[in-house]
Amino acid sequence: MSAQAESHKPLFIKVWVGLLALTLVEILLAYIHFEPVIMLTMLMGLSVVKSVMIMAYFMHLKFDLPVLGWTVSVPLVACILIMIGYFFPDGFRILDFGFTGWQ
Amino acid sequence: MSESHSTGVVQAGWGGGVSPYAVGHKKLGMWLFIVSDALTFSALIVAYSYVRIANDWPTPFEFYPAIIFSSVMTLVLLSSSLTMVFAVDAGHKGDRATAAKWIWATALGGVIFIVLHVNEWMHLIHDGVTPLSNPWGTPLFGGTFFTITGLHMTHVAIGVIYLSIVAIGFKGGKYDAEDVEVSGLYWHFVDLVWMFVFPMVYLMSTKIS
Repeated sequence: MSAQAESHKPLFIKVWVGLLALTLVEILLAYIHFEPVIMLTMLMGLSVVKSVMIMAYFMHLKFDLPVLGWTVSVPLVACILIMIGYFFPDGFRILDFGFTGWQ
Repeated sequence: MSESHSTGVVQAGWGGGVSPYAVGHKKLGMWLFIVSDALTFSALIVAYSYVRIANDWPTPFEFYPAIIFSSVMTLVLLSSSLTMVFAVDAGHKGDRATAAKWIWATALGGVIFIVLHVNEWMHLIHDGVTPLSNPWGTPLFGGTFFTITGLHMTHVAIGVIYLSIVAIGFKGGKYDAEDVEVSGLYWHFVDLVWMFVFPMVYLMSTKIS
């Protein structure tokens, strides 16, 4: 099927170590603690980097035809951006209104 | 994207009758499933982020044990992805016994993850958290926590069953290397989803000391 003639084992171990290192950074951020919006942005940024690493190497997209990666990622990213575009401005609006919590 | 690749793809795909993605139908099918499943999780996680920043959210997770515990769960899941790529590697080399061994190691990682996570759930349930209420405020905390982690845990459980079937079938000669690779795609996806669930649900709710 896909071209996996040569072994990528050492590369996969490096990716695994990288993923663990990024996870450690995330835990450290939680330990230090930041404001929710800043924290959310930083954690999501790191998670996106981690998911790209998993998709590119573990899920093999880097070694498949580029068109496969584009086909699966473009609609997904587009849908997620639309969801964020709809939801987040409203989330901030509620913050600005000073929502006091559930009664 | 390299020029030769894209030209080749266009000719192969639209010339008629050949595979434009140069992957088998099973692998393409799994990718399409992953895209749709990713959208389900994305909707949950985006909706969670929204209610998270728009509410006075509880932060009940002590650094020890909850955060350390969930970090170990992350380590287990990431490591199980590594054993899965080793399984796929061995599968492509035609080494059925080694591939089956690595798949079993991956499934074991899944089982450890579930045991640890159920233990986490029991702690929270013991503290009085339900899908509709909790002792700390915003009731959505319990609902979002159990929905997101529950759906993920269901995926892990299905993955363990799926991997066990593939391990037995591949060792017995019933399945080929592509089946191992396709099951690997599913497993890595489950791992990938946790990379969002862990920071969102746990790290964002770390107790402020």
